[in-house]
Amino acid sequence: MKEWVHADAVPVPLHTNGGQRDLTEEILEAVDQHEHVPTAEVFPATPQDKIKAALDRLASRQMVEYETHDKEQVLLTAEGQAIADEGSHEYKVWDAVRKAGRLSLKDQSLANASAKLGQGNAFKLKWIKKDGDALVSLTDSVSDTTREQLQYAQEHRAFQDPKLLKDYSKRKLVTTQKVITYVARKGPRWAKEMPVEVTDLTAEMIADGSWKTANFKPYNFKAKGTLGGEGVGGGTGALHPLNKVREEFRKIFFNMGFEEMPTARFVDSGFWNFDALYVPQQHPARDLQDTFYVSDPPEAGPPGSDESVDTILAEMDVDDDQDESDHPPSDPAIRAKDTTAKLDYQAYYDNVRAVHQDGKFGSIGYRYPYTDAETRRLVLRTHTTAISAYVLHRLSANPRPCRYFSIDRVFRNETVDATHLAEFHQIEGVIADYNLTLGGLQAFLKRFFRNIGVPDLKFKPAYNPYTEPSMEVFAWHEGLNKIVEIGNSGMFRPEMLLAMGLPEDLRVYGFGLSLERPTMIKYGISNIRELLGHKVDLGFIESNPAVRLDRE
Amino acid sequence: MPTIGVNKADFYKALGREYTKQEFEELCFDFGIELDEDTSESKRPIIDGVEEAPQLKIEIPANRYDMLCFEGIAMNLNIFLGREAMPNFTLKPPSDGQLQTVTVSKDTERIRPYFSCAILRNIKFTKARYESFIALQDKLHHNLARQRTLVAIGTHDLDTIEGPFTYEALPPEEIQFAPLNQTKAMNGKQMMDFYEKDKHLSRYLPIIRDSPVYPIIYDKHRTVLSMPPIINGNHSKITLATRNVLIDITATDKTKLELTNHILVSMFSRYCAEPFTIEPVQIISDHNGQTRQTPDLTPRPTQASTTYINSICGLSESRESLCTSLARMCYHAHPSLTDSDILEVDIPITRADVLHQADIMEDAAVAYGFNSLPRHLPRTTAFTAAALPLNKLADIIRLESAMAGWAEVMPLILCSHDENYAWLNQPVPFSTNQKPVRLQNPKTAEYQIVRTSLLPGLLKTIRENKRHAVPMKIFEVGDVVFQDKGRERRSRNERHFGACWYGRGSGFEQVHGLMDRVMGMLRVGFISREEGLGEEEEEEEGAKGLKGGKGGKGEGKAGKEGLGYWIEEVDDPTYLPAHAAAIYLRLPSSSSSSSSSQPPPPPQRIGTFGILHPTVLKRFELPFPTSVLEMNVEVFL
Repeated sequence: MKEWVHADAVPVPLHTNGGQRDLTEEILEAVDQHEHVPTAEVFPATPQDKIKAALDRLASRQMVEYETHDKEQVLLTAEGQAIADEGSHEYKVWDAVRKAGRLSLKDQSLANASAKLGQGNAFKLKWIKKDGDALVSLTDSVSDTTREQLQYAQEHRAFQDPKLLKDYSKRKLVTTQKVITYVARKGPRWAKEMPVEVTDLTAEMIADGSWKTANFKPYNFKAKGTLGGEGVGGGTGALHPLNKVREEFRKIFFNMGFEEMPTARFVDSGFWNFDALYVPQQHPARDLQDTFYVSDPPEAGPPGSDESVDTILAEMDVDDDQDESDHPPSDPAIRAKDTTAKLDYQAYYDNVRAVHQDGKFGSIGYRYPYTDAETRRLVLRTHTTAISAYVLHRLSANPRPCRYFSIDRVFRNETVDATHLAEFHQIEGVIADYNLTLGGLQAFLKRFFRNIGVPDLKFKPAYNPYTEPSMEVFAWHEGLNKIVEIGNSGMFRPEMLLAMGLPEDLRVYGFGLSLERPTMIKYGISNIRELLGHKVDLGFIESNPAVRLDRE
Repeated sequence: MPTIGVNKADFYKALGREYTKQEFEELCFDFGIELDEDTSESKRPIIDGVEEAPQLKIEIPANRYDMLCFEGIAMNLNIFLGREAMPNFTLKPPSDGQLQTVTVSKDTERIRPYFSCAILRNIKFTKARYESFIALQDKLHHNLARQRTLVAIGTHDLDTIEGPFTYEALPPEEIQFAPLNQTKAMNGKQMMDFYEKDKHLSRYLPIIRDSPVYPIIYDKHRTVLSMPPIINGNHSKITLATRNVLIDITATDKTKLELTNHILVSMFSRYCAEPFTIEPVQIISDHNGQTRQTPDLTPRPTQASTTYINSICGLSESRESLCTSLARMCYHAHPSLTDSDILEVDIPITRADVLHQADIMEDAAVAYGFNSLPRHLPRTTAFTAAALPLNKLADIIRLESAMAGWAEVMPLILCSHDENYAWLNQPVPFSTNQKPVRLQNPKTAEYQIVRTSLLPGLLKTIRENKRHAVPMKIFEVGDVVFQDKGRERRSRNERHFGACWYGRGSGFEQVHGLMDRVMGMLRVGFISREEGLGEEEEEEEGAKGLKGGKGGKGEGKAGKEGLGYWIEEVDDPTYLPAHAAAIYLRLPSSSSSSSSSQPPPPPQRIGTFGILHPTVLKRFELPFPTSVLEMNVEVFL
């Protein structure tokens, strides 16, 4: 491997090294005197990484350029070193035999493993021979080639004959090591002195014109920039990923003409959360296993108007203000009162009771004894549809086509695991219009989901107490390689809408999905606790990219 | 949603062909059920040394009690596929015309008033059928019967008992029999003790335990059939060899009583020597007007409008074609002879889920194919979008906080009582309208109340992120809930803004700075306490205004009127003494006319910020100093 390095290495700040002679200066000196400077030979005592750093400092300024060589070096093992120092095993055996004249085979010096090896080699080399039960020398002088070759290797970090490396490696007398060495020479901007450099452009330089002659320190274009603040994220703020996805959904709703419902109401009554939605009082969803009931306060009041909600809706609902002249819109609180005055909550309650217990509005009803106490039980809302019911009932004061949505927290008494939390967010949309069709709901949902980058939908008949027909919405999931449920939808039941006093031909679509599920699918999060709640990793919040559902 | 396991090989045999997994999934999808699992793909449990045969686990809609067993799912799919017609269930009294009778005593009104009964004659059980029969009763008990509270079923070998039968309610001590699979007779009280530890039955005991009388069914010889809703007698136990089955059903709900009877006989009369015949039983219950023969198999006649169905489905099908579609969904329907729009529809006893013509309309759409319906969204009106003012306000604060370098978090809204009070050194509030909403049935102590403060969630988030580099700066804009006796739901949400700084220094100035920044962005001017309270003296006014202008105080008109805030030191046990401030807000006069002499509304304390007390830090396991801020933002609406 060999490459020419120019000004693309990490810039190293210049410092004078406390008056000591600097390595860069030594290199400059050497390059000035020799055309090629092999650093390993010129600076044998300096570690290679220091040399590299100094060379880069010079190369980034194009004062010097250098070649990189990497080659294999031979290193002696401990055993190889012993041979280089004291002689090979066979030499040591021969030497012992020669000194003794006759050496008994049972002599202690022949007992160890290396002596046995040396004995065999000395036989092969015809240095010694057996004479009875002793060894005798065959020659007065020998040439210890092994030792000589190892000594050569020690000195030159290589064998004279490269073919020997394999043999000596096998005998575990040497190992090899890769080393990188450099050969430096003058670069295109050769100078013997390090120039004075400025790190950045300053106001003073602009003012006094010194920028024209200034020698700028090269900028490292390979490193990342900095935000300059404290902390890991460079002191930047961040919005929560779930809220970023929520914002995308809100924009989609706004683009499609939806009004946001006032959902700041976590506690609701059995009436609004269930009865109004035609969920029978013995429905499993109303079990203690599924719904959080409230023990204190003990019970709700009778269903009636919620002034705060009515006023907000009147304020938002431009259609409520019939005055088309230039007068400023009338006070929403007054309009809210007008609306409420048209609504008979007692009649509504009686209708709900009748349609559950005895049947009404063309329905035979569930035919069970309806209990008032059950309607008064307070719950943590299990869905935002409790608010939709309130808003739809209010619509009966002035029935007209409209579109409402909400994205807010709901509560289920779930056993917590990777995909279930006792809290999550429900995205819900409601569309009221005349003569709506089921295919129209499909067409709408296709448009809605196309906005979040889900192109093809399939619809499965399903059951939901408050919608008929009910459709589960399925879409193809690339990762799972099958269709998965992504939402629920339907047309609200006549039992629910007619009890509110809405006209028969005003039909209402409802659809919903959780905010967490599409977010988890989008970001490949498998544990909901990593997304919602206090166990979320702050690093994840800080580094989560912008949400662009339609582009991803 | 109930999931029903059916033997895969038997099921495909019942459907008359083999299906690939994908084909079967598509069939289920079109019909509105779901293949949850095909166990031939996985390891199955070993039962009696043999691996269980491959099953299809099918999820069915919660209101389709007619699909809670093999027989029902197969029947519905076969009818949907046009392979079978809906069976015609008929009553077949005994040849001598003498019906079995059950006399209901008035005392049963005290505990479980309603009774229904049916007999399946010459039924032929196999192991699979028998197991399905038992499993169906379990599913009905679990779903429709709400754990036997509403309805309970008992099944008996009729050849071991002899009518007439009586359904009575007696003091538990007077009831004596050997319960199912037991040889020893015991009385009602003893039985309660005996089953106290039973994993399966113990949960039903409370339904009758404390009642002075227990429901009990006897035959002519005072042999006990069952003590509903707990257990049957051992004497009349059904076996694979049983040929004649008497079904007793007791209930507190009349509608579900007959529904249960309908489901049982419609699913299993197919195995009678004469399929789909049921022997009726005479119930004598004069005291509550319930004397009658059960079951009544008459389909419920109703009408559906062709215009209605076509209009919602977006179709223009003829009446005849709709009738054909409805036949595939178990209905018998024909065009009305007197009204050109009306279909006369007979709803079979199996379809208790049908309440309104909307249900018939949906079935017509299912038969037509949901995914084949014309997809056309009519545009009638232009709609005007609008964002909720409260969310718009919250978004301003959220964005400003994030731009100021703070990270948004979303902790949970439910928390423990201690986290919300004791851990913050806060007393439990005395005033009703400050009390928290308490949960009745949480599964863990983590969820005891709805939070009244954002602080526990913020501090827990820091606690869980201690490995993160400091300082950590987090915030939340979210709802807390207080009791509120003036409202229908006896509670109110309140939107709060909370922030928390955690690092090596206290961060007091940082949360103060964030608060100032948010106030500034909401055009709330910084005023002095005296200005806020309207206490300043006439002559000082000019000087104040000047000073305010210099120091950036009293921006614009805020000095004298308009929204303004000031802070002052406060004693709050959550915070380190002398290091907490209350945030006060001066609201502008509500009247728009300047000449009005109406006094301005009194200033409000909207929040607090400061350095947390070290004892609070200890409880939340935070080793570094922490400063927090919390304020109500609804005043800015």
